[in-house]
Amino acid sequence: MRAPVSPDPANGLAPDSAVLADLATEWKSAYVHVPFCRRRCPYCDFAIVDESAGGALDHGQYVEALLSEIAMESRFGPLDAVNFGGGTPSRLAPRYLVAVIEALGERFGMKDGAEMSLEVNPEDWSDEYGAALVAAGFTRISIGAQSFDSIVLEALGRLHDVGLIEAAISGARSVGIRSVGIDLIFGHPGETDESWERTIDRAMDVGVDHISTYSLTVEPGTELSRQVHSGAPAPDDDVQADRYQRFEEVSRDGGFVRYEISNHAKPGHVCRYNLATWAHGEYVAFGIGAHDHRWGLRGRNHRRPDRYLEAIAAGKRPRVGIENLTAPEQERDQLMVGLRLTAGAPLTPTAQRFVSSAAGERLIRAGILEVVEERVRVLKPMLTDTVAREALSVSLNDC
Amino acid sequence: MDQSRIRNFSIIAHIDHGKSTLADRLLERTGAIAERDMRDQLLDDMDLERERGITIKANAVRIDYDAKNGERYELNLIDTPGHVDFSYEVSRSLEACEGALLIVDAAQGVEAQTLANAHLAIESGLEIIPIVNKIDLPAADPDRAARELANILGGSTDEVVRISAKSGSGIDDLLEIIVDRLPTPIGDPDAPLRALVFDSYYDTYRGVVALIRVVDGSLTEGDRIRLMASGQDLDASEVGVRRPAIERTGRLVAGEVGYLITGVKDIDLIRVGDTVTQAGNAASEPLEGYAEPKSMVFSGLFPTDGDDFERLREALDKLRLNDSSLRYTAETSRALGFGFRVGFLGLLHMDIVRERLEREYDLDLVATAPSVEYRAILLDGSEQIVQSPQDLPSPGALVTIEEPYMKVMIITPSEYIGAVMELVQTKRGEMGEMNYLSPERVELHYLMPLAEIVFDFFDTLKSRTRGYASLDYEPDEYRPADLVRVDILLNAVSVDAFSTIVHKDRAYNYGKAMVHKLRELIPRQQFDVPIQAAIGSRIIARETVKAKRKDVTAKCYGGDITRKRKLLERQKEGKKRMKMVGSVEVPQEAFIAALKIDQD
Repeated sequence: MRAPVSPDPANGLAPDSAVLADLATEWKSAYVHVPFCRRRCPYCDFAIVDESAGGALDHGQYVEALLSEIAMESRFGPLDAVNFGGGTPSRLAPRYLVAVIEALGERFGMKDGAEMSLEVNPEDWSDEYGAALVAAGFTRISIGAQSFDSIVLEALGRLHDVGLIEAAISGARSVGIRSVGIDLIFGHPGETDESWERTIDRAMDVGVDHISTYSLTVEPGTELSRQVHSGAPAPDDDVQADRYQRFEEVSRDGGFVRYEISNHAKPGHVCRYNLATWAHGEYVAFGIGAHDHRWGLRGRNHRRPDRYLEAIAAGKRPRVGIENLTAPEQERDQLMVGLRLTAGAPLTPTAQRFVSSAAGERLIRAGILEVVEERVRVLKPMLTDTVAREALSVSLNDC
Repeated sequence: MDQSRIRNFSIIAHIDHGKSTLADRLLERTGAIAERDMRDQLLDDMDLERERGITIKANAVRIDYDAKNGERYELNLIDTPGHVDFSYEVSRSLEACEGALLIVDAAQGVEAQTLANAHLAIESGLEIIPIVNKIDLPAADPDRAARELANILGGSTDEVVRISAKSGSGIDDLLEIIVDRLPTPIGDPDAPLRALVFDSYYDTYRGVVALIRVVDGSLTEGDRIRLMASGQDLDASEVGVRRPAIERTGRLVAGEVGYLITGVKDIDLIRVGDTVTQAGNAASEPLEGYAEPKSMVFSGLFPTDGDDFERLREALDKLRLNDSSLRYTAETSRALGFGFRVGFLGLLHMDIVRERLEREYDLDLVATAPSVEYRAILLDGSEQIVQSPQDLPSPGALVTIEEPYMKVMIITPSEYIGAVMELVQTKRGEMGEMNYLSPERVELHYLMPLAEIVFDFFDTLKSRTRGYASLDYEPDEYRPADLVRVDILLNAVSVDAFSTIVHKDRAYNYGKAMVHKLRELIPRQQFDVPIQAAIGSRIIARETVKAKRKDVTAKCYGGDITRKRKLLERQKEGKKRMKMVGSVEVPQEAFIAALKIDQD
């Protein structure tokens, strides 16, 4: 067993630093998908198992499958970061988490001070659970708070109340988890400016190191989408832009640094797994609906548990597809994802062609894009897709 | 064939009243076409004709019919386009016949288009056989339809033939009636050749194929012929008939209908309405009624992708091989780049051409709002033809503007008279005669500016009468009118493609409606886009498309970059159908928005 708290190699670098983003490009991460949820949230379109709807998948059986899948992965690592996402990873008992971590360590090796993170729902938190997480080696948790307004929580279909969020945060602090973060969702039609203001204020006061802010999005096929189609109000882009901007102002004063569109960290608390994803780093991934990225390949797993388990049982990788990207295509992907980072994307030949294209020059003139110190940066994060679409139209021919 | 055993006729019907089905049945019943070769709408060659159930090009087919009197007759069926846009083509086709079958749907009754074409047939001196079709439909009211027909033609209901082209009932009797009632051709077989070109089409291997009706004399392969209107001398390299497949006969005599091939590739040398005669033994007078095709409606056609300009030119050139009425000149728009100003016979013609360009030639086009041909009378007394709003001289240089008026006929169930009158009034229509075809159905006559018709008049008329009214119109005179040009400015730059000429009283409402519509259609951009309507330098309406503030999915995707990239690429594809106008992205729908504007 390693020491629960290791020195952070990123210490001393600002969360939005270009040097850090360049370092992250080289990081190796692993993602583990834990699909279990007590029930599906109305806005969610992720690959999950809704346990309230009789989604019968045995945790032990699933973890066994994960272990087999890890054993099938070719050499990689040693790992800089491991992240358990979901679903609701905190639905898994600590012994299962430990089994997966040990398998990852055996297969790939762990760097000293590797980041080990998982998403926790407030209603799953107990101080005993937290202590077990620390013992298992977790260095950070991200609490699915979503809002500090009980009306909004109910509108979002969440199962917890504000009290549970605060208990989880203080519990996490007391058991000694190094980085404690929360997720927030803004822009639900049931949310008001005042309610968002209160949520931001609470988020600043509760003593967390990291905040992820996601604008509520109506995804096709979700309960929310059905409601909107039958006449319920849809989230409003302008309102969401306002709320985003308000959060930016307040969180900056609160000592947070935005290093990616949705992610804000206090110095020393960047989520490495997160940063590496947008810095075009490589990651292996396990579990249903998981996506990996290595050797210029982007693979994806079966979303359906039965198919996933069948493949594993047959001794096969549970893939539905692999995308093989050419070197120029990889460079274009690097630009596309890098535009989400505050530090921007490196000025590769592809990026250079983009910024000198008519569309690129138009964006620069409009104050949406800039080129500084060999990097391309989006100055208005809420317009990143506008920029990314143009970047994707740049020709790949002459690299 | 002796003229006494020739019968030349066409079929006149409103769309969907069963013209093509009747033609199919006649071909089948006389054995002109084996059952196994039968398909629906046999005489309509174009995909578009089959899809829309309309006839655009004329066609002619010879049928041998063994009558009950033991004689064999040569029946020439000339299939004509029914739509008002092609009324010149219709008139030429009728000119080639001695008789016409006038079909009316037993459930629908007489429609404006039927009536207009029936009048054309009567004016051409044709014998008309009135027919009520679809008598087996549940909603059929054959007696009412027969009364309406008798009413228009001034005959008795006993003369009306009742058939079901679909089931074939009544077809045998109809064939006998055609032989009995229709007059025989009365040309002079020994006079110098006179043959009417009533349509022509382009065949890749044979060149221009002219459909002709020999009136006097005869035409033999190898003859040196002359086209009297164009003055062109050519060789008759092939002569024959269509059954409907081509059958080379080498010779056509007075009274007969067939085709003529000269090896010529240029459709302008053999125009519809021209008279063919012998170069060495020319007739002294051509047949009557030749006219140049006249464009009534004009629209700018621009490729969405500027690189497609040459492809658009080639496509237009190719379409014109088959359609001498299509007129176009290159046009440059500051907003839309290089394109063509295209003249059409009417709105259907415009629609068809646009659709064929997009479908058959795979072009992505932006079409500007249709315009009519104005006459501008200038201070110096000169007259200027204006086919495009941009060409309108500045108000200071103008004495007056004149616009084309149409004689409009509307047939509607009498319960909608009020709705129709109200609509026509808002379109500057002047009421003329009103006739009751029957107690339930009324024929209304108006004088109306064509410019009002080319906006959404027909659609509005249909919707106000629950689809029951039908419309026909023909050109009347030009009249002075109080017209102004309304310009639209995007981001303070006037977009020529949006300029429209409207009546002064309507300009303010039009400007307001147009600006409002554009605000809905133009997506938010990276900056505020003011949209203004102006007459000269005076702004009459303004709205703003606010700058886009959020265009990002601020959520995580579990590392699924592929999906994100594909989503962005799909969105990018959607944007390709946008046209950059200055720095503003404008969707194609915006350019036809002017059509859909309720100006009232």
